[in-house]
Amino acid sequence: MRLIRKIGDWFDQRLQLGRSIQETLEHPVPRQTASWFYVFGSAALTVFVLQIVTGILLATVYVPSAGQAWDSLHVLDHEVTLGWFIRALHGWGSNFMVAIVFVHMAQVFLFGAFKFPRELTWIAGVFLLLMTLGMAFSGQVLRFDQDAYWGLGIGAAISSHIPVLGPWLVSFLLGGPIIAGATLSRFFALHVFLIPGMLIALVGLHVLLVLKVGINEWPIPGRTVRRETYQQEYRELTREEGVPFVPYAVWKDALFSGFVLLSVAACAVYFGPFGPSGQPDPTIIQTVPRPDFFFLWLYAVLSLLPSSLETPAMLLGPMIALLVLLALPFVSGEGEKSWKRRPIAVLTILLAAVALGTLTHLSGYAPWSPVMDAWSSEPIPSKYLKESTALERQGALVFQAKQCHNCHALDGRGGWRGPALDAVAVQLTQDQLIRQVIQGGGNMPAYGKNLSPAETTALVAFLETLHPAGQAPAHDASRAVTPETNAERSSSPRP
Amino acid sequence: MTLPGGISRREMFLKLAILFDVVVGMILAVPIVRYILSPVIRERRPGYASWLSLGSLDQFPAGQTRLATYRNPIVNPWDGETADIACWVRHVDAESFQVFAINCAHLWCPVRWFPQSSLFMCPCHGGVYYADGSRAAGPPERGLFQYSYKIEGGRLFIKAGEMPTPTRAANIKMGKSQCA
Repeated sequence: MRLIRKIGDWFDQRLQLGRSIQETLEHPVPRQTASWFYVFGSAALTVFVLQIVTGILLATVYVPSAGQAWDSLHVLDHEVTLGWFIRALHGWGSNFMVAIVFVHMAQVFLFGAFKFPRELTWIAGVFLLLMTLGMAFSGQVLRFDQDAYWGLGIGAAISSHIPVLGPWLVSFLLGGPIIAGATLSRFFALHVFLIPGMLIALVGLHVLLVLKVGINEWPIPGRTVRRETYQQEYRELTREEGVPFVPYAVWKDALFSGFVLLSVAACAVYFGPFGPSGQPDPTIIQTVPRPDFFFLWLYAVLSLLPSSLETPAMLLGPMIALLVLLALPFVSGEGEKSWKRRPIAVLTILLAAVALGTLTHLSGYAPWSPVMDAWSSEPIPSKYLKESTALERQGALVFQAKQCHNCHALDGRGGWRGPALDAVAVQLTQDQLIRQVIQGGGNMPAYGKNLSPAETTALVAFLETLHPAGQAPAHDASRAVTPETNAERSSSPRP
Repeated sequence: MTLPGGISRREMFLKLAILFDVVVGMILAVPIVRYILSPVIRERRPGYASWLSLGSLDQFPAGQTRLATYRNPIVNPWDGETADIACWVRHVDAESFQVFAINCAHLWCPVRWFPQSSLFMCPCHGGVYYADGSRAAGPPERGLFQYSYKIEGGRLFIKAGEMPTPTRAANIKMGKSQCA
């Protein structure tokens, strides 16, 4: 012990940091901030350190070359001792970091921590969120599998919508004319050098500001922020009921950080590493690319937006969101901090959480995507073919062969791009079915040129059988008035 | 020693040193910025696109749409399979062709051809196109990207080399194909 103390003293005589470190560790914080609500920032920092450590370990094997990156991941997974575990830690660490940063942001927003004099702390936090998302996206690219390849394409396609600069931006992003080696190299540089460098600098600034300005006090309804008096009030608060950060508050940070690390490790062991999926070979087109967990909501937004709103939303949406976040401390820099008296703040968080959760959940089964192999892998339920005529069975064959099943579900199987057709005969009359098949509309292609009259007749005959038992199919009441034309119409579909 | 104007000799040297450093920094910045922007500046003029063979015409029976691949003309040794690009070739009749980019015009996912229904379908957001590449349904605002093509010596050539996107379609002909 004495030797260690001597060595420590030797260094401190030269560095003269001991006193500063001790003052920092023991700086007084308001007693109520030693709370479980205040542990998310330190947990995010802990996971970031985990990401740095595991990232360095992965970089000792990973090859940032378009021709070899995918193979090097397989070497990591199957040949390097515990390589799969380090990959899994890094992948799950990424998910946890994004989630914790969002939770931390929601907490400081609800606690009014963005208000005077912590505007810069909030702004640094907003950029830390952006950097974290940038790390998440560039990390997915480094996995360099099919999802990464096509995800890059989606990113480039979105960038190309930017007026005037679009084409140049695509070349800049890709590092050349196509997604290839240069693209991976620059995303490697982004993921390993540029963004982590900025993250470390911003984390330093963020923590420094927390120390200089003080941790946000526990918000109490009625205790409002006023620029003239706040700092004096905060000094009095810490003097009267302050406790040293170490050990009064830090033990909760340490315990929660340990719990988070354990959770990351548990997920890594149980679920394993992410991917890689198929090879990044653009000639393999039998693929259904999906983004990683944290961008699934964006995938849903791009699917659900009307075409006319897509480009403005893609270009202006992120800029508006960023401006709103940056402007928040200046627009609402004073006043009430407690969430109990800020119903709009609570509603905003709830709305954002519900929206993100719903969109992410929707992306899990992507009802807007056709099921590309349903026409050959999902047979028509036998109950729909019992006691059917030859014509109706022929129609069922047309339904399968023309890929109708890719977009329309029967008995819960098949695509959900279009409406399920289990009760279509109740909703549409024979004429309406014929018109819909031939002319399309409502997001369905027109099959007029792709079906022969005989195929259309058979298909419509099959569709007319799709109605719940005991519920009569829809019929055109006017036919009862002109029965003689009815027979003519049903014998030959109109173009 | 104080110079006329109120600044000391050392202050003047400091300002001169800062000015010198700024000039040196700017001199260094020019090649650095040029290096960073090299993919945009496109030093390899006249651009990335060039004529590439997709193979002999026999590979593309009339009335059918077939998948074809080509090696991108601008390629690095470490590009691996990413430099192999796929496209859809539709042989309309005689010497009339349409060559479509594999990518959906919405967000670039790879579209698949279904000869039974004569439709291209996108697995991502449900974009659908007719056999001639025109938009049929879904979120795309336009039809599939088409490459310019020509026929020489019984072989089909396309002008390609750049990732097709809505705003880069200037290099990728829209509407009627060009037949040399």
